[in-house]
Amino acid sequence: MSESVPGITPEVFAPVEAPVSPPQASEEVEFVQLLTPEGERVEHPDYSFDLDDEAIKGFYRDMTLVRRIDTEATALQRQGELGLWASLLGQEAAQIGSGRALNSKDMVFPTYREHGVAWCQGVDPLRLLGLFRGVDQGAWDPRENNFHLYTIVIGAQTLHATGYAMGQQRDHAIGDAENGEATIAYFGDGASSQGDVNEAFIWASVFNAPVVFFCQNNQWAISEPIDRQTRIPLYQRAAGFGFPGVRVDGNDVLATYAVSQQALSRAREGSGPTLIEAYTYRMGAHTTSDDPTKYRLSEDLEHWKLKDPIERVRAYLTRTAGVDHDFFDQIDAEADGVAATLRAGCLSMPEPELTDFFDTVYVEQTPQLVEQKEQFAAYAASFEGEVR
Amino acid sequence: MTKITLGKGINAGLRAAMEADPKVVVMGEDIGKLGGVFRVTEGLQKDFGEDRVIDTPLAESGIIGTAVGLALRGYRPVCEIQFDGFVFPAYDQIINQVAKMHFRSHGRIRMPVVIRIPYGGGIGAVEHHSESPETLFAHVPGLKVVSCGDPVDAYWMIQQAIATDDPVVFFEPKRRYHEKAELDESVPPALPLHQAKVVREGTDATLLCYGPMVKTCLQAAEAAVEDGRQLEVVDLRTISPFDLPTIFASVKKTRRAIVVHEAPYTLGPGSEIAARVTEECFYHLEAPVLRVTGFDTPYPPSRMEEDYLPDLDRVLDGVDRVMGY
Repeated sequence: MSESVPGITPEVFAPVEAPVSPPQASEEVEFVQLLTPEGERVEHPDYSFDLDDEAIKGFYRDMTLVRRIDTEATALQRQGELGLWASLLGQEAAQIGSGRALNSKDMVFPTYREHGVAWCQGVDPLRLLGLFRGVDQGAWDPRENNFHLYTIVIGAQTLHATGYAMGQQRDHAIGDAENGEATIAYFGDGASSQGDVNEAFIWASVFNAPVVFFCQNNQWAISEPIDRQTRIPLYQRAAGFGFPGVRVDGNDVLATYAVSQQALSRAREGSGPTLIEAYTYRMGAHTTSDDPTKYRLSEDLEHWKLKDPIERVRAYLTRTAGVDHDFFDQIDAEADGVAATLRAGCLSMPEPELTDFFDTVYVEQTPQLVEQKEQFAAYAASFEGEVR
Repeated sequence: MTKITLGKGINAGLRAAMEADPKVVVMGEDIGKLGGVFRVTEGLQKDFGEDRVIDTPLAESGIIGTAVGLALRGYRPVCEIQFDGFVFPAYDQIINQVAKMHFRSHGRIRMPVVIRIPYGGGIGAVEHHSESPETLFAHVPGLKVVSCGDPVDAYWMIQQAIATDDPVVFFEPKRRYHEKAELDESVPPALPLHQAKVVREGTDATLLCYGPMVKTCLQAAEAAVEDGRQLEVVDLRTISPFDLPTIFASVKKTRRAIVVHEAPYTLGPGSEIAARVTEECFYHLEAPVLRVTGFDTPYPPSRMEEDYLPDLDRVLDGVDRVMGY
C-alpha cells in the first residue's frame, strides 16, 4: 500500500513486478549472429548483411593481415624490440567489421588495442609500434586518417568521442545515412566501470550526439572477469541512459559489420547514440607484461578457439563461396610480406633525442623550457665520444 | 633475519597490518588472484579472503570514494592505484573529500586511508606509467605524503602509514621493487613515519632525496669518493610534512645541498626545500641549493627516459656545480 504524496502521482508507487534474478553478465545471452562458428550463414530479423562474397574475401584478408601484424609485434616485443605490446588476438572480427562499416568522414577514438581499426583507417602499422617501442607517443596525425591517438587511460576517449560528435552536430555534418558524419568510440568491458564512460553515455544521450559506443567485451580486464564490472549484460545498460544497446557476436565479422553500419547510419541521420557490445574473448594476455595463467582457466581458451573469427570466414569461403586454395595462399604470402616490412621498419626506426621533446610541450615555448633544453644539450654534449 | 625485496617488504607489511587489525582492508584493481600487476599483494586474498582483499571494478574514483565510506564505517582501507598516471580519476575524491574531511568536521571524522601508488620511471613503460606526481598531493593540506627508499623502510613505513589516522599517500618506487635487503621483523622500526634519515654521512655536500633516487644518490656518493668528495645522503622518506630539522642539521654541517627527484623541476619538492633551507641555513650556505630533477616536460617516451631521469652522472654534475661556487 502506498500513501498519496502531494505532487507525486500514484503511478510512481505502483508495485514493480516480482524481482527476477538478472541475467549474469557472463551468460551467453542472445546476440546478433550472421555467420556461425562453423561458417554457416544465418539470418537475423533486424540485421542483414547485404555485401557480396568479394567483400567477405576482403574481410578475410583484413583479419588475416591484422592478425599477422599482431603476431609480428608480439614477436618483436619478445625479442626486445618493443617494450610492450597489447595484442588484439581474437578480436579481429569486432575490429574489422566495425572498422569497415565506417565512412571516410567518420571519426574514430580508439583505446590502445585497436590495431585492426587502425588498419581499416589506413594507418601504417609501423606507426602503431612507436608507442610500444618507446620512441613516440603519437606517431600519426589523427586528422589524416580520422583515427585519434591511442588512449591508455581507461575510458577517457569515450568523452572525447562524444565531444567530437557534438562538434559534428554543431557543424551540421549530420543529416543522412550516406553523407552524414558519425563518431565511434572504442572501449572495453573494464572501462565500462569508469565514471568517464558513464558520463559519456549521459552526454551523448541528452545531446543526442552522433556517436557509436563500441564496447569489445573480451571478458577480461587484466585479471578481473566481466562479472567484476557488471551484473547485467553490458549492452542492457544503454536502456538506462536512454539509447539503444545491442549485443553482437564479436567474433562474427558479418554481424559486427551489419550492426555497426546500422548504428553508424542512425548516428549520421541524427538519431543519436547506440551502444554496441561486441561479445568476444581476449585470446592472449592483457599485454606482453601479463601472465593470464595466474587467473584464468585454459579450458575457456579452448572453448573460444572453436569460435575463432577468421576460421569461420575461411570455412564459409571454402564451403559455400567456392573460394580455392590460391586465394588463401596469396593472402598468407601477402601477410608474410606485411610482417617483413613491419619488422624491417621497426628495426630501422630512428632513435629520438630528448632535446626533440622540449619544443612541443607548449604552442608558445616558455623561456624556462628553452633554458632547460640548452642546459641539457650542453650537458649531453659534454659526454660526446664517451660511453655513458 | 630474512632477505626481502622492497615489493615483498610492502607485502609483508600489509600482511602484518591485516593480522594486527581486522579493520584493515586492501582494495584495488587486479590485487586479488593476480596479486597486483607488481605482485605486491600476492597471496593476501588467499589468506584474508575476498571481503578484505577486494578486487574492485576499474574505476579509481570509485576506489577512493568507497574507501571514504568504509573509513566512515570504521575500516582502514589501503587502496592500490595501479600506476601513477591512473590516479587522476580519483583526484577529486582525494583532494575534495579525503583531504578535507577531518578539517571540515572539526576533527570529529578521521580518514585513516592509505593510497598506495607505484611511481616513477626507469622500467621502460608506455605513457602514464612512469610519472612522479607527489607534488600534486604534497601541496594539498590534509594529506600526508611519504615514499620508501629501501625494503626495510617499505616493511615498516606501510604499517606506520596504515596506523596513521590521517590519510597517507604512499609512493612506492616501482623500479626499486626488486632491490633486496635483510629484514629482522623482531627489531622495531628505527624511526617514526615522518622522519628523514641520514643514509650516508659526509662533509662536503648533502644530497636530499627520496624513493627511487636514494639508491642513485648513494651510488653518486660512492663515486664522488674518487674525486675526494664526501657526500652526505639524506633519505627524506616524508614529503608532507618534511622533516626539516634533519634537513637543516645536515645542510648546516656540509654547507651545500642538492635536492634530487624524478618529478619535474619547477615547483617540485626541491623548490620548497630550497626555500626553507635558504631561510633557515642562510649564513651556513657556501652555495645556493641546487636541484637535479626531471625536466619540465611530460614524461618522454621510454627510450629517452635515461636522459630524462636524474642518474649518477647528473647528480655528480650537480655536485660539481655546487662545489664550484
